[in-house]
Amino acid sequence: MIALLQRDLILAVRAGGGFGLGMAFFLIVVILVPLGIGPDMEILSKVSVGILWVGALLACVLSLDRIFSLDYDDGTLELLLTSPIPLEAVVTVKSFSHWISTGLPLVVISPILGLLLGLQVSDLKWVFISLLLGTPALSVIGAFGAALTVGIRRGGLLLSLLVLPLYVPTLIFGANVASKGLADISNSSALLILTAVTLAAFSILPFASALVLRINLR
Amino acid sequence: MLLSVDNLSVSRGGISLFEGLNFTVSTGEFVLINGGNGVGKTSLLRSIAGLQPIDKGKIAINADNFIFAGDANGIKTALTVLENLRFWSAIFGGKNLHEALEKFQLRQLKNRFAGKLSAGQKRRLSLARLLLTDRPIWLLDEPTVSLDKRSMKQFSKILKNHLEAGGAAVVASHIDLGLTLSSLSINLEDYQMKNGNINASAKAFL
Repeated sequence: MIALLQRDLILAVRAGGGFGLGMAFFLIVVILVPLGIGPDMEILSKVSVGILWVGALLACVLSLDRIFSLDYDDGTLELLLTSPIPLEAVVTVKSFSHWISTGLPLVVISPILGLLLGLQVSDLKWVFISLLLGTPALSVIGAFGAALTVGIRRGGLLLSLLVLPLYVPTLIFGANVASKGLADISNSSALLILTAVTLAAFSILPFASALVLRINLR
Repeated sequence: MLLSVDNLSVSRGGISLFEGLNFTVSTGEFVLINGGNGVGKTSLLRSIAGLQPIDKGKIAINADNFIFAGDANGIKTALTVLENLRFWSAIFGGKNLHEALEKFQLRQLKNRFAGKLSAGQKRRLSLARLLLTDRPIWLLDEPTVSLDKRSMKQFSKILKNHLEAGGAAVVASHIDLGLTLSSLSINLEDYQMKNGNINASAKAFL
């Protein structure tokens, strides 16, 4: 399984579209929004959590179809299905590697982008924590969508339509953690729910994704 | 016995491909599946590998006993030959990576990106995966596609060695691999339903 993770990360770097693409997209979204809203720092810092979360969400969606479609196209997925590794584990590892190559870079640069949007240095930690807890769920939910649409030519748009509504709980509680933290209100309940959403996604969805993949590979 | 297929019926897209297929494979045995395009050779192999549902009958095979090689090569073009093999070796828990490189004449190419290989070289890389595991049954779908004469001969030799070492193989192919070991040849056209009856020759065989 470590070999699979290693391979996926090497491919994300070498084949392009992994590390760079999502991060560049995130950066552009966050830079473009102030250009539309105007330079009023007060307004910007109010909407900053929303911008960062929606930006991260969209950046994550960009690379979802790569999770399975590349392996499907070259026959690797079929071979993995007949390998000693359970398909559920394959799905989990691939979701995790998607998070490392897409979600984690977004989490890391989010404090810097938060500064650009007028957040106080002391508030940056809440943006960071909320994204750190929430983005793994984005990857694993996205992997489920990718499993549903694997084998469909140009399934990217369909994938976004399927996945974005499923992101609603993560977005609501993720943004809630950050905005409550910013307002100095206790956010522990939102924090717990966000963590629960991520853990639940990781414990249930790999099974659903594996089932769907088996059906799609027939 | 490593594999037994009992009264198997398989269809694809709602159309029956073949019905009432029986055969068994034991250690050292080789089964050649032939028949024209669309007769169900790939579907049969995929059914045995558990990748495709069956309509009727039974397939008895241990999921840890076979390795499947389909028409797609399963190669990552952004990885080198060695990296590709190392990955499959780690997945299947195999060790003899260098033997696989040697036997399929890939040693010279080991640091080349798989995307820069020719079709035949890619096929060799794909087949080299078979030697990375101790799994006895090889399920091969048209393994010699794109191979030149020399590579084909070499592959026949490797297959023969595998059978002699106690392995077994089910191969869908149009080409005579020149194997004289105990082998069974099945023409799937004999098992197609025609006017509600299985072909006469197959009945006689049954």
